Amino acid sequence: MLAGLAFISPWFIGFLVFTAGPMIASLGLAFTEYDVLNPPKFVGLQNFQRLLTDPRLGLSLGNSIFYTVLHVPLVMMVALGLALLLNRVGKAAGFFRTAFYLPSITPAVAVGALWLWILNPRIGLINRSLALLGIVGPGWTTDPNWIKPGIVLMSLWSVGSTVILYLAALRNVPPELYEAARIDGANGWQQFRHITAPMISGTIFFTLVVNTIASLQIFTEVYTMYFGNMNSGAAASAGLFYNIYLFRQAFEFLRMGYASAMAWLLFVIIMILTVIQLRTSNRWVYYEGA
Amino acid sequence: MFGSKSRTVLAVLAIILVAVAFPIQRTSQAQGEVTGTLNVMGFSLPDEIATVRVDQFKAAYPDVTVNITEGALDEQQFLTAIASGNAPDVVYMGRDVLSSYAVRGAIVPLTDCIDSMGIDMSQYRQAAVAQVTVNGEVYGIPEFFNSIMLFINNKALADSGLTPDDVDVSDWDKVAEINQALTRIEDGTLTRIGFDPKLPEFLPLWAMANGVSLLSEDGRTAQLNDPRVLEALQFTVGLHEPAGGRQAFMAFRDTWDFFGAQNQMVSDQLGVFPMEQWYMNVLANVSPDADITFKAFTGREGNPLTYATGNTWAIPRGSANPEAACAWMKTMTSVDTWVAAATARAELRAEAGTINTGVYTANRAADEVIFSEIVLPALTNETFKTGVEVILSVQDSAYAIPANPAAAEFKQAWQDAVNRVLNGEQSAEEALAQAQEEAQAALDEAWSQQ
Repeated sequence: MLAGLAFISPWFIGFLVFTAGPMIASLGLAFTEYDVLNPPKFVGLQNFQRLLTDPRLGLSLGNSIFYTVLHVPLVMMVALGLALLLNRVGKAAGFFRTAFYLPSITPAVAVGALWLWILNPRIGLINRSLALLGIVGPGWTTDPNWIKPGIVLMSLWSVGSTVILYLAALRNVPPELYEAARIDGANGWQQFRHITAPMISGTIFFTLVVNTIASLQIFTEVYTMYFGNMNSGAAASAGLFYNIYLFRQAFEFLRMGYASAMAWLLFVIIMILTVIQLRTSNRWVYYEGA
Repeated sequence: MFGSKSRTVLAVLAIILVAVAFPIQRTSQAQGEVTGTLNVMGFSLPDEIATVRVDQFKAAYPDVTVNITEGALDEQQFLTAIASGNAPDVVYMGRDVLSSYAVRGAIVPLTDCIDSMGIDMSQYRQAAVAQVTVNGEVYGIPEFFNSIMLFINNKALADSGLTPDDVDVSDWDKVAEINQALTRIEDGTLTRIGFDPKLPEFLPLWAMANGVSLLSEDGRTAQLNDPRVLEALQFTVGLHEPAGGRQAFMAFRDTWDFFGAQNQMVSDQLGVFPMEQWYMNVLANVSPDADITFKAFTGREGNPLTYATGNTWAIPRGSANPEAACAWMKTMTSVDTWVAAATARAELRAEAGTINTGVYTANRAADEVIFSEIVLPALTNETFKTGVEVILSVQDSAYAIPANPAAAEFKQAWQDAVNRVLNGEQSAEEALAQAQEEAQAALDEAWSQQ
C-alpha cells in the first residue's frame, strides 16, 4: 500500500500543485474582481451575472459548439477510415502509421501559420485543387461563413493520434470472429456492423469524450491564424471561440475574475456533456466480459 | 570629558563632516548607484539600431549586467512576473497599452527617475509624451515614432492616365474616383487594388481626417457614434467595393509578397495606400528602384496628418534595480545613443550599397541630428529622399488616441465594429452604436476604479 502510494506520489503531487490547486484558486477568483496586479476584491455573483448579459459570451460559446458538432464526428469518421485502411496494409504499416501520426506532433502555432496558406482562397492548395475539378472554392479565410468549416478542415491535420488509437483497437479484435462471420456468409459491411464496431466501441467512446473536450477548448491554432499578427478581421466574430474570448478577458482586458467564471462555466458545460455521453454509452458501448 | 578647545575642534569637525556628507547623501538619493543586474523584458536585438544602443549603455555603465529576454512583450509573462514578485527591471511595450498598466499600478511613475537622471522630456515629441502621460504623470520614456504617409504606385497611375498630383486625400470624392480608376479586374479576377484604406487599423486616422478623434481628449468619453466617424467608416468601407468587396480584397491582399522583392508596389498589385514609414525602409532594401511617390496624408481641410504609434520604456512595479532601469531608459533614448545607432546603420548600408532612409525616433533632437547630418546628405535616391522629407514634415502633425485606462478594450471595440461592417454582419450605424456602448462601458468601469 505504502509502496504504491510512493510510486504514484510524483503524479499526485503534480496534480495537486498544477491542476487541482489552480482550479480551486480559480473558483475563488470567479467571485472576485481581480486584475492580477492588485489584490482580488470580493464581488459575489457579479461575474456570473455578467455571463448572462455578455453578448460575446453567447457568440463565442456558439462558435465553439458549432465547431465541436462539425469537428468531432468528422475526425472520428476520417480516423476510423484511415485506421481500417492501415489495418489492411502489410509490411508498410509502420511507415504509414508514422506518416499519419507525425502531423499530430507539429507545433500548433506552425500548423496555424501553415494552414493560413493552404486555405488561402486564391493561391491555397485546397482551392487550387478544387479549381482543377472546375469548382470555385470558397473564401476559407475571408468569408465569415466559411471560417469555421476551414478551421474544421485544418483540424484533420492532427487526426493521427485518433487513428493510432483505432488501429490498436482494430488489432485487438479476434480474427476468429471474422472467420466465423465469413463462413456464415456475412459481407464486409455486415462484418463491420456486427463485429468491428461493437468490438472497438470502447475506443470510439473514449475518442468521442476526449475529442469533445478538446474541441470545446480549441485555442492556439485559431489564435495564430486570426487573432495574432496575421489578424485579417474576417474571423473577428466567426472565429471568436470560447477560449480565445476567455484569454482576451484575462490577459488583454485584465478581468481575471470574470475569465475564471468563464472557465468554470465551460467546465460545467463539458461536465454535463460528458455525463450525457457516459449515460448513453451503456446503450452502444460493448465491454468484453461486462 | 572634553575641554572647551576639544569641544570646539569636535564641533568644527562635526560641521565639516555634515557639510561634506550631506551633499554626498543627497547625490546618492537623487542619482542612485547604477550597478547590479538589469533584467529587460519585451525587447529584441534584431539589428544594429538595437545592438549599438545596448553597447552604448554597457560602455556607460560597465558595472551593470544586462539580461535581455528577447521577444515581443508577452502579456501573460509580464503580468505573472509582476504578480509573483519577479518583475523585470525595465519593460518595453506599445505606447497604446501603457495607460492600462499605469492605472493599475503595474508600472511606476517616472517623476523621481526623470528628476534624478535629469531626463529632458522636452526633447521628446509631444504626441509620444502625451501617450505615456497618465493623470498628469509620466510613466514611460518614448522610443520610436511611427508616422503614416501615402505610398503611390506611379505605374498604376500612369496606366490610368493619372499622376501623383491627382492623389489628394483631402477630397474624398476624388479618392473614390481614383480607387475606381486604379482597380483592375481581369477575367473576373482582381489583379490590382486601387486604394487600400488599411482598415480596421487606420480608422482613427480617417476619423481624424474628418475632424474627430475616436476618444475625447481627457480619455473619458468615447466618440465612436459621432456622425463624422460614421462618415469616415462608410467612406473607407466603400473603397472595397470596386475590388468586389472585402472578401475578394483580402483574399488578394493575403497573397502579396509584402516584405519581398516582388511586393505589391513592384508587382503593380496596388495603386495607393497609407502606411507607416518603416515600410519605406523595407522598400528601400528590397526594391530600391521601385517607381513610387511618397506624399503626406492630409485631413479634409488639406492639413498634413499622421497617426502616431510606437513603443516606450517603463519601469514595472517591483523592479529590483530602478536606478539601472532609469539609466537604461535615458541612455537608450538619448541623442548621442540614437546618433551612434543611426551612424552604424548608415555605415552598414553604405558598405552594402543599399539605401538608408534613417531611423525615426521619438526624440526630436536626435532626429534633427540624424537627418540633417547623417541621412539626407548621403541620400541620393530622389524617390526615397522625398519619402524621408515627407515623414519629417508630418511628424509634428501627429495624432494619437489619448491615454485611458481601458485602452485594450477601447481598441477592441472599434476594431470589432469595423470588422463587423467589413464582413457584412452589421451596418456602419449599428456597428458603431454597439461599439460606442461597449467602449463607454469599459471606460466608465476602468475610470471608476481609479
